[in-house]
Amino acid sequence: MTVPDNSALPLLSASGVSLERGYRPLLQGVDFHVYSGELWQLAGANGVGKTSFLRALAGLAASGVEGDIHRSAPLLFQGHLPGLKPLLSPLENLRWHPSGTIADDVDAIMAALAAVGLAGYEDTPVHNLSAGQQRRVGLARLWLSVEPLWLLDEPFTAIDVDGASLLEQQLLRHCDSGGAVIFTSHQPNRMAERLQVLDLVSYAA
Amino acid sequence: MQPDSFTYWRLQLARHLRSGLRRPGDIANPLVFFFMVVTLFPLGLGPDPKVLATLAPGIVWVVALLSSLTVSGRLFAADYEDGSLEQMILAPQSLAISATAEVLAHWLLSGVTLTVVSPIFATMLNLPGQAIPALMLSLLLGTLCLSLIGAIGAALTVGLRRGGLLLSLLTVPLTVPVLVFGTGAVGEAAKGYDPSAWLALMGALAAGGLVLAPFAIGAGLKISADS
Repeated sequence: MTVPDNSALPLLSASGVSLERGYRPLLQGVDFHVYSGELWQLAGANGVGKTSFLRALAGLAASGVEGDIHRSAPLLFQGHLPGLKPLLSPLENLRWHPSGTIADDVDAIMAALAAVGLAGYEDTPVHNLSAGQQRRVGLARLWLSVEPLWLLDEPFTAIDVDGASLLEQQLLRHCDSGGAVIFTSHQPNRMAERLQVLDLVSYAA
Repeated sequence: MQPDSFTYWRLQLARHLRSGLRRPGDIANPLVFFFMVVTLFPLGLGPDPKVLATLAPGIVWVVALLSSLTVSGRLFAADYEDGSLEQMILAPQSLAISATAEVLAHWLLSGVTLTVVSPIFATMLNLPGQAIPALMLSLLLGTLCLSLIGAIGAALTVGLRRGGLLLSLLTVPLTVPVLVFGTGAVGEAAKGYDPSAWLALMGALAAGGLVLAPFAIGAGLKISADS
Protein backbone atom coordinates (compact mmCIF):
# COMPACT_ATOMS: atom_id res chain seq x y z
CA MET A 1 0.00 0.00 0.00
CA THR A 2 1.32 3.43 -0.94
CA VAL A 3 1.76 5.69 2.03
CA PRO A 4 0.15 9.05 1.28
CA ASP A 5 2.78 11.72 0.82
CA ASN A 6 1.25 14.54 2.83
CA SER A 7 4.25 16.78 2.31
CA ALA A 8 3.22 17.23 -1.30
CA LEU A 9 0.56 19.67 -2.42
CA PRO A 10 -3.01 18.43 -1.95
CA LEU A 11 -4.90 17.39 -5.08
CA LEU A 12 -7.89 19.21 -3.67
CA SER A 13 -8.09 21.73 -0.92
CA ALA A 14 -11.15 23.30 0.66
CA SER A 15 -10.63 25.96 3.32
CA GLY A 16 -13.35 27.56 5.42
CA VAL A 17 -16.08 26.43 3.06
CA SER A 18 -19.65 27.38 3.92
CA LEU A 19 -22.56 26.13 1.92
CA GLU A 20 -26.21 27.09 1.62
CA ARG A 21 -29.02 25.78 -0.52
CA GLY A 22 -32.01 27.97 -1.31
CA TYR A 23 -30.96 30.47 1.41
CA ARG A 24 -30.89 27.60 3.96
CA PRO A 25 -27.42 27.25 5.50
CA LEU A 26 -26.14 23.68 5.28
CA LEU A 27 -22.47 23.58 6.22
CA GLN A 28 -20.10 26.00 7.86
CA GLY A 29 -16.32 26.24 8.12
CA VAL A 30 -15.35 22.98 6.40
CA ASP A 31 -11.59 22.48 6.05
CA PHE A 32 -10.81 19.51 3.89
CA HIS A 33 -7.58 18.57 2.11
CA VAL A 34 -7.16 15.53 -0.09
CA TYR A 35 -3.74 14.17 -0.98
CA SER A 36 -2.55 11.61 -3.47
CA GLY A 37 -3.34 8.05 -2.35
CA GLU A 38 -6.22 9.00 -0.04
CA LEU A 39 -9.69 7.46 0.00
CA TRP A 40 -12.37 9.65 1.59
CA GLN A 41 -15.98 9.01 2.39
CA LEU A 42 -18.30 11.93 3.05
CA ALA A 43 -20.67 10.80 5.79
CA GLY A 44 -23.82 12.25 7.29
CA ALA A 45 -27.57 11.81 7.34
CA ASN A 46 -29.82 12.56 4.37
CA GLY A 47 -30.06 16.29 3.74
CA VAL A 48 -26.88 17.24 5.58
CA GLY A 49 -25.34 18.46 2.29
CA LYS A 50 -23.10 15.63 1.05
CA THR A 51 -24.10 15.95 -2.59
CA SER A 52 -24.05 19.77 -2.44
CA PHE A 53 -20.56 19.67 -0.93
CA LEU A 54 -19.34 17.19 -3.55
CA ARG A 55 -20.76 19.37 -6.34
CA ALA A 56 -19.09 22.41 -4.83
CA LEU A 57 -15.78 20.52 -4.68
CA ALA A 58 -16.21 19.56 -8.35
CA GLY A 59 -16.85 23.19 -9.29
CA LEU A 60 -20.44 22.58 -10.39
CA ALA A 61 -21.95 24.89 -7.81
CA ALA A 62 -20.80 28.46 -7.29
CA SER A 63 -23.86 30.20 -5.89
CA GLY A 64 -24.32 29.63 -2.18
CA VAL A 65 -20.70 28.54 -1.74
CA GLU A 66 -18.26 30.63 0.28
CA GLY A 67 -14.65 29.91 1.12
CA ASP A 68 -11.74 28.71 -0.95
CA ILE A 69 -11.81 25.54 -3.03
CA HIS A 70 -8.66 24.77 -4.98
CA ARG A 71 -8.26 21.83 -7.36
CA SER A 72 -4.72 21.14 -8.52
CA ALA A 73 -5.52 18.05 -10.63
CA PRO A 74 -8.06 17.09 -13.30
CA LEU A 75 -11.09 15.40 -11.81
CA LEU A 76 -13.71 12.86 -12.72
CA PHE A 77 -17.16 13.56 -11.31
CA GLN A 78 -19.94 11.00 -11.33
CA GLY A 79 -23.24 12.26 -9.94
CA HIS A 80 -26.49 10.45 -9.23
CA LEU A 81 -27.14 10.45 -12.97
CA PRO A 82 -24.50 8.83 -15.15
CA GLY A 83 -24.97 11.06 -18.25
CA LEU A 84 -25.96 8.25 -20.60
CA LYS A 85 -28.25 8.54 -23.62
CA PRO A 86 -30.91 5.81 -23.39
CA LEU A 87 -31.09 5.17 -27.14
CA LEU A 88 -27.34 4.69 -27.52
CA SER A 89 -25.49 1.50 -26.68
CA PRO A 90 -22.93 1.34 -23.83
CA LEU A 91 -20.13 1.35 -26.41
CA GLU A 92 -21.51 4.45 -28.16
CA ASN A 93 -22.19 6.21 -24.86
CA LEU A 94 -18.59 5.76 -23.73
CA ARG A 95 -17.03 6.51 -27.14
CA TRP A 96 -18.91 9.80 -27.31
CA HIS A 97 -19.05 10.57 -23.59
CA PRO A 98 -19.64 14.29 -22.88
CA SER A 99 -16.92 14.39 -20.19
CA GLY A 100 -14.37 14.84 -22.99
CA THR A 101 -11.75 12.71 -21.25
CA ILE A 102 -12.35 9.27 -22.76
CA ALA A 103 -10.24 8.47 -25.81
CA ASP A 104 -12.14 7.09 -28.82
CA ASP A 105 -10.48 3.71 -28.36
CA VAL A 106 -12.97 0.91 -28.98
CA ASP A 107 -10.69 -1.85 -27.63
CA ALA A 108 -10.12 -0.02 -24.34
CA ILE A 109 -13.84 0.69 -23.98
CA MET A 110 -14.73 -2.97 -24.67
CA ALA A 111 -12.20 -4.02 -22.01
CA ALA A 112 -13.71 -1.55 -19.51
CA LEU A 113 -17.21 -2.85 -20.20
CA ALA A 114 -15.97 -6.42 -19.71
CA ALA A 115 -14.34 -5.35 -16.42
CA VAL A 116 -17.69 -4.14 -15.07
CA GLY A 117 -19.39 -7.37 -16.17
CA LEU A 118 -21.08 -6.07 -19.30
CA ALA A 119 -19.33 -8.22 -21.91
CA GLY A 120 -21.96 -9.10 -24.50
CA TYR A 121 -24.05 -5.99 -23.77
CA GLU A 122 -21.85 -3.54 -25.71
CA ASP A 123 -24.41 -2.96 -28.45
CA THR A 124 -27.63 -3.19 -26.41
CA PRO A 125 -29.40 0.20 -26.14
CA VAL A 126 -28.97 1.49 -22.60
CA HIS A 127 -32.74 1.80 -22.05
CA ASN A 128 -32.96 -1.99 -22.44
CA LEU A 129 -30.50 -2.54 -19.55
CA SER A 130 -31.52 -2.83 -15.90
CA ALA A 131 -30.90 0.07 -13.49
CA GLY A 132 -27.89 -1.74 -12.04
CA GLN A 133 -26.44 -2.43 -15.47
CA GLN A 134 -26.93 1.20 -16.47
CA ARG A 135 -25.09 2.17 -13.33
CA ARG A 136 -22.26 -0.17 -14.33
CA VAL A 137 -21.99 1.49 -17.75
CA GLY A 138 -21.45 4.81 -15.98
CA LEU A 139 -18.90 3.26 -13.64
CA ALA A 140 -16.98 1.78 -16.59
CA ARG A 141 -15.60 5.31 -16.93
CA LEU A 142 -13.48 4.58 -13.87
CA TRP A 143 -11.67 1.88 -15.84
CA LEU A 144 -10.93 4.37 -18.63
CA SER A 145 -10.10 7.35 -16.43
CA VAL A 146 -6.90 9.36 -16.70
CA GLU A 147 -7.92 11.86 -14.01
CA PRO A 148 -6.15 11.57 -10.64
CA LEU A 149 -9.09 12.85 -8.59
CA TRP A 150 -12.42 11.00 -8.50
CA LEU A 151 -15.55 12.51 -6.98
CA LEU A 152 -18.31 9.92 -6.84
CA ASP A 153 -21.82 10.50 -5.54
CA GLU A 154 -23.38 7.28 -4.23
CA PRO A 155 -21.37 4.98 -6.52
CA PHE A 156 -22.61 1.82 -4.75
CA THR A 157 -26.32 2.55 -5.34
CA ALA A 158 -28.13 -0.13 -7.39
CA ILE A 159 -24.94 -2.22 -7.60
CA ASP A 160 -25.05 -5.88 -6.55
CA VAL A 161 -22.54 -7.53 -4.16
CA ASP A 162 -20.15 -8.63 -6.92
CA GLY A 163 -20.32 -5.23 -8.55
CA ALA A 164 -19.65 -3.49 -5.23
CA SER A 165 -16.62 -5.69 -4.69
CA LEU A 166 -15.28 -4.87 -8.19
CA LEU A 167 -15.83 -1.19 -7.53
CA GLU A 168 -14.06 -1.32 -4.15
CA GLN A 169 -11.07 -3.00 -5.78
CA GLN A 170 -10.99 -0.33 -8.50
CA LEU A 171 -11.15 2.52 -5.95
CA LEU A 172 -8.30 0.97 -3.94
CA ARG A 173 -6.26 0.35 -7.10
CA HIS A 174 -6.72 3.98 -8.10
CA CYS A 175 -5.51 5.20 -4.71
CA ASP A 176 -2.56 2.78 -4.83
CA SER A 177 -1.52 4.23 -8.17
CA GLY A 178 -1.36 7.75 -6.75
CA GLY A 179 -4.94 8.91 -7.31
CA ALA A 180 -7.45 10.04 -4.73
CA VAL A 181 -11.15 9.27 -4.29
CA ILE A 182 -13.90 11.16 -2.49
CA PHE A 183 -17.28 9.45 -2.41
CA THR A 184 -20.59 9.57 -0.63
CA SER A 185 -22.35 6.37 0.41
CA HIS A 186 -24.80 4.94 2.90
CA GLN A 187 -23.82 1.34 2.17
CA PRO A 188 -21.27 -0.48 4.34
CA ASN A 189 -18.04 -1.27 2.50
CA ARG A 190 -14.92 -3.38 3.03
CA MET A 191 -12.35 -0.62 2.61
CA ALA A 192 -12.17 0.34 6.31
CA GLU A 193 -8.40 -0.16 6.45
CA ARG A 194 -7.81 2.55 3.90
CA LEU A 195 -10.87 4.71 4.41
CA GLN A 196 -10.92 8.16 5.96
CA VAL A 197 -14.29 9.62 6.88
CA LEU A 198 -15.32 13.26 6.82
CA ASP A 199 -18.43 13.48 8.96
CA LEU A 200 -20.30 16.51 7.65
CA VAL A 201 -22.68 16.48 10.62
CA SER A 202 -19.99 18.16 12.71
CA TYR A 203 -19.98 21.07 10.24
CA ALA A 204 -23.76 21.43 10.00
CA ALA A 205 -24.80 25.07 10.18
CA MET B 1 -5.24 10.31 -23.90
CA GLN B 2 -8.13 12.75 -23.90
CA PRO B 3 -9.52 13.94 -27.24
CA ASP B 4 -8.44 17.34 -28.59
CA SER B 5 -11.06 20.04 -29.09
CA PHE B 6 -11.89 19.17 -32.71
CA THR B 7 -12.11 15.42 -31.99
CA TYR B 8 -14.33 16.17 -28.99
CA TRP B 9 -16.59 18.33 -31.17
CA ARG B 10 -16.78 15.57 -33.80
CA LEU B 11 -17.55 12.90 -31.18
CA GLN B 12 -20.27 15.03 -29.60
CA LEU B 13 -21.80 15.73 -33.02
CA ALA B 14 -21.85 11.96 -33.71
CA ARG B 15 -23.46 11.36 -30.29
CA HIS B 16 -26.30 13.79 -30.88
CA LEU B 17 -26.87 12.82 -34.51
CA ARG B 18 -27.01 9.10 -33.72
CA SER B 19 -29.24 9.69 -30.71
CA GLY B 20 -31.52 11.96 -32.78
CA LEU B 21 -31.74 9.55 -35.72
CA ARG B 22 -33.01 6.86 -33.33
CA ARG B 23 -36.00 9.08 -32.54
CA PRO B 24 -37.46 9.57 -36.03
CA GLY B 25 -40.69 10.84 -34.47
CA ASP B 26 -38.86 13.92 -33.17
CA ILE B 27 -37.63 14.68 -36.70
CA ALA B 28 -41.06 14.11 -38.25
CA ASN B 29 -43.10 16.14 -35.71
CA PRO B 30 -42.13 19.65 -36.91
CA LEU B 31 -42.66 18.57 -40.52
CA VAL B 32 -46.13 17.23 -39.72
CA PHE B 33 -46.91 20.50 -37.88
CA PHE B 34 -45.69 22.45 -40.92
CA PHE B 35 -47.78 20.32 -43.27
CA MET B 36 -50.94 20.71 -41.18
CA VAL B 37 -50.67 24.49 -40.90
CA VAL B 38 -49.92 24.95 -44.60
CA THR B 39 -52.94 22.76 -45.41
CA LEU B 40 -55.19 24.86 -43.16
CA PHE B 41 -54.29 28.26 -44.65
CA PRO B 42 -56.07 27.75 -48.02
CA LEU B 43 -59.13 26.60 -46.06
CA GLY B 44 -59.10 29.76 -43.93
CA LEU B 45 -58.10 32.29 -46.61
CA GLY B 46 -59.93 30.79 -49.56
CA PRO B 47 -58.43 28.81 -52.41
CA ASP B 48 -57.65 31.79 -54.73
CA PRO B 49 -54.14 30.95 -56.06
CA LYS B 50 -53.23 34.65 -56.42
CA VAL B 51 -54.01 35.43 -52.76
CA LEU B 52 -52.10 32.35 -51.62
CA ALA B 53 -49.10 33.23 -53.79
CA THR B 54 -48.99 36.73 -52.29
CA LEU B 55 -49.13 35.45 -48.74
CA ALA B 56 -46.97 32.35 -49.25
CA PRO B 57 -43.56 33.85 -48.22
CA GLY B 58 -44.99 35.13 -44.94
CA ILE B 59 -46.92 31.95 -44.19
CA VAL B 60 -43.97 29.64 -44.83
CA TRP B 61 -41.62 31.73 -42.75
CA VAL B 62 -43.97 32.25 -39.78
CA VAL B 63 -44.68 28.50 -39.65
CA ALA B 64 -40.94 27.72 -39.95
CA LEU B 65 -40.24 30.07 -37.04
CA LEU B 66 -42.94 28.60 -34.83
CA SER B 67 -42.01 24.98 -35.54
CA SER B 68 -38.32 25.73 -34.96
CA LEU B 69 -38.98 27.47 -31.64
CA THR B 70 -41.20 24.62 -30.47
CA VAL B 71 -38.49 22.02 -30.89
CA SER B 72 -35.42 24.06 -29.93
CA GLY B 73 -36.97 24.99 -26.57
CA ARG B 74 -36.34 21.44 -25.30
CA LEU B 75 -32.83 21.29 -26.73
CA PHE B 76 -30.89 20.70 -23.50
CA ALA B 77 -33.71 19.19 -21.43
CA ALA B 78 -32.56 15.59 -21.89
CA ASP B 79 -28.96 16.52 -21.04
CA TYR B 80 -30.15 18.20 -17.86
CA GLU B 81 -32.28 15.23 -16.87
CA ASP B 82 -29.75 12.45 -17.59
CA GLY B 83 -26.65 14.10 -16.09
CA SER B 84 -24.89 14.81 -19.42
CA LEU B 85 -24.97 18.54 -18.73
CA GLU B 86 -22.77 18.18 -15.63
CA GLN B 87 -20.27 16.19 -17.66
CA MET B 88 -20.28 18.77 -20.47
CA ILE B 89 -19.59 21.55 -17.96
CA LEU B 90 -16.72 19.67 -16.30
CA ALA B 91 -15.14 18.64 -19.62
CA PRO B 92 -11.65 20.07 -20.13
CA GLN B 93 -12.79 21.35 -23.52
CA SER B 94 -14.85 24.55 -23.72
CA LEU B 95 -18.58 24.20 -23.11
CA ALA B 96 -19.07 26.26 -26.28
CA ILE B 97 -17.66 23.32 -28.29
CA SER B 98 -20.16 20.75 -27.03
CA ALA B 99 -22.98 23.33 -27.24
CA THR B 100 -22.09 24.03 -30.90
CA ALA B 101 -22.08 20.30 -31.68
CA GLU B 102 -25.49 19.84 -30.08
CA VAL B 103 -27.07 22.84 -31.84
CA LEU B 104 -25.56 21.82 -35.17
CA ALA B 105 -26.89 18.26 -34.82
CA HIS B 106 -30.31 19.70 -33.96
CA TRP B 107 -30.18 21.98 -37.02
CA LEU B 108 -29.12 19.14 -39.34
CA LEU B 109 -32.05 17.02 -38.14
CA SER B 110 -34.69 19.76 -38.04
CA GLY B 111 -33.72 22.83 -40.11
CA VAL B 112 -32.08 20.99 -42.99
CA THR B 113 -34.91 18.44 -43.28
CA LEU B 114 -37.43 21.31 -43.28
CA THR B 115 -35.41 23.03 -46.03
CA VAL B 116 -35.35 19.86 -48.12
CA VAL B 117 -39.13 19.35 -48.01
CA SER B 118 -40.02 23.09 -48.22
CA PRO B 119 -40.59 23.08 -52.04
CA ILE B 120 -43.59 20.79 -51.42
CA PHE B 121 -45.13 23.27 -48.97
CA ALA B 122 -44.28 26.18 -51.29
CA THR B 123 -46.06 24.46 -54.18
CA MET B 124 -49.11 23.84 -51.98
CA LEU B 125 -49.29 27.63 -51.42
CA ASN B 126 -48.74 28.40 -55.10
CA LEU B 127 -45.41 30.15 -54.53
CA PRO B 128 -43.88 30.91 -57.96
CA GLY B 129 -41.22 28.36 -58.94
CA GLN B 130 -38.60 31.10 -59.41
CA ALA B 131 -38.76 31.84 -55.65
CA ILE B 132 -38.06 28.28 -54.53
CA PRO B 133 -34.22 28.51 -54.60
CA ALA B 134 -34.41 31.70 -52.51
CA LEU B 135 -36.87 30.01 -50.14
CA MET B 136 -34.58 27.03 -49.65
CA LEU B 137 -31.45 29.11 -49.15
CA SER B 138 -33.24 31.49 -46.76
CA LEU B 139 -34.62 28.55 -44.76
CA LEU B 140 -31.20 26.89 -44.64
CA LEU B 141 -29.57 30.02 -43.19
CA GLY B 142 -32.61 31.12 -41.20
CA THR B 143 -33.24 27.81 -39.43
CA LEU B 144 -29.58 27.82 -38.33
CA CYS B 145 -30.12 31.28 -36.80
CA LEU B 146 -33.37 30.09 -35.19
CA SER B 147 -31.68 26.99 -33.72
CA LEU B 148 -28.89 29.15 -32.25
CA ILE B 149 -31.33 31.71 -30.80
CA GLY B 150 -33.62 28.95 -29.49
CA ALA B 151 -30.61 27.26 -27.90
CA ILE B 152 -29.70 30.43 -25.95
CA GLY B 153 -33.23 30.51 -24.53
CA ALA B 154 -33.23 26.76 -23.91
CA ALA B 155 -29.90 27.01 -22.06
CA LEU B 156 -31.21 29.75 -19.79
CA THR B 157 -34.49 28.02 -18.99
CA VAL B 158 -33.45 24.35 -18.88
CA GLY B 159 -33.42 24.26 -15.08
CA LEU B 160 -36.88 25.81 -14.72
CA ARG B 161 -39.95 23.66 -14.28
CA ARG B 162 -42.20 25.96 -16.30
CA GLY B 163 -39.87 27.81 -18.59
CA GLY B 164 -42.09 27.78 -21.70
CA LEU B 165 -43.48 31.32 -21.48
CA LEU B 166 -40.16 32.79 -20.40
CA LEU B 167 -38.49 31.01 -23.31
CA SER B 168 -40.90 32.62 -25.79
CA LEU B 169 -40.44 36.07 -24.22
CA LEU B 170 -36.66 35.68 -24.44
CA THR B 171 -36.36 34.30 -27.94
CA VAL B 172 -39.25 35.63 -30.06
CA PRO B 173 -37.96 39.27 -30.14
CA LEU B 174 -34.53 37.98 -31.23
CA THR B 175 -36.04 36.04 -34.12
CA VAL B 176 -37.74 39.09 -35.69
CA PRO B 177 -34.78 40.01 -37.97
CA VAL B 178 -34.64 36.42 -39.25
CA LEU B 179 -38.35 36.53 -40.09
CA VAL B 180 -38.09 39.95 -41.78
CA PHE B 181 -35.05 39.02 -43.89
CA GLY B 182 -36.41 35.56 -44.74
CA THR B 183 -39.80 36.85 -45.86
CA GLY B 184 -38.09 39.69 -47.72
CA ALA B 185 -35.82 37.34 -49.66
CA VAL B 186 -38.64 35.03 -50.74
CA GLY B 187 -40.99 37.93 -51.53
CA GLU B 188 -38.42 39.65 -53.74
CA ALA B 189 -37.65 36.43 -55.59
CA ALA B 190 -41.38 35.76 -56.11
CA LYS B 191 -41.71 39.17 -57.78
CA GLY B 192 -38.77 38.37 -60.05
CA TYR B 193 -36.23 40.62 -58.26
CA ASP B 194 -32.78 39.67 -57.02
CA PRO B 195 -33.00 38.44 -53.38
CA SER B 196 -29.23 38.32 -52.81
CA ALA B 197 -29.11 41.40 -50.53
CA TRP B 198 -31.64 39.79 -48.15
CA LEU B 199 -29.83 36.47 -48.30
CA ALA B 200 -26.49 38.19 -47.61
CA LEU B 201 -28.02 39.74 -44.48
CA MET B 202 -29.22 36.30 -43.38
CA GLY B 203 -25.78 34.86 -44.07
CA ALA B 204 -24.28 37.58 -41.89
CA LEU B 205 -26.76 36.76 -39.10
CA ALA B 206 -25.92 33.06 -39.35
CA ALA B 207 -22.15 33.71 -39.35
CA GLY B 208 -22.42 36.10 -36.40
CA GLY B 209 -24.66 33.66 -34.55
CA LEU B 210 -22.28 30.75 -35.10
CA VAL B 211 -19.40 32.75 -33.63
CA LEU B 212 -21.18 34.41 -30.71
CA ALA B 213 -24.13 32.22 -29.72
CA PRO B 214 -22.07 29.22 -28.45
CA PHE B 215 -20.55 31.40 -25.72
CA ALA B 216 -23.98 32.68 -24.68
CA ILE B 217 -25.32 29.12 -24.70
CA GLY B 218 -22.36 27.91 -22.61
CA ALA B 219 -22.85 30.71 -20.06
CA GLY B 220 -26.59 29.98 -19.90
CA LEU B 221 -25.99 26.28 -19.30
CA LYS B 222 -23.54 27.00 -16.48
CA ILE B 223 -26.10 29.24 -14.76
CA SER B 224 -28.82 26.59 -15.19
CA ALA B 225 -26.65 23.77 -13.81
CA ASP B 226 -25.79 25.86 -10.75
CA SER B 227 -29.42 26.48 -9.82
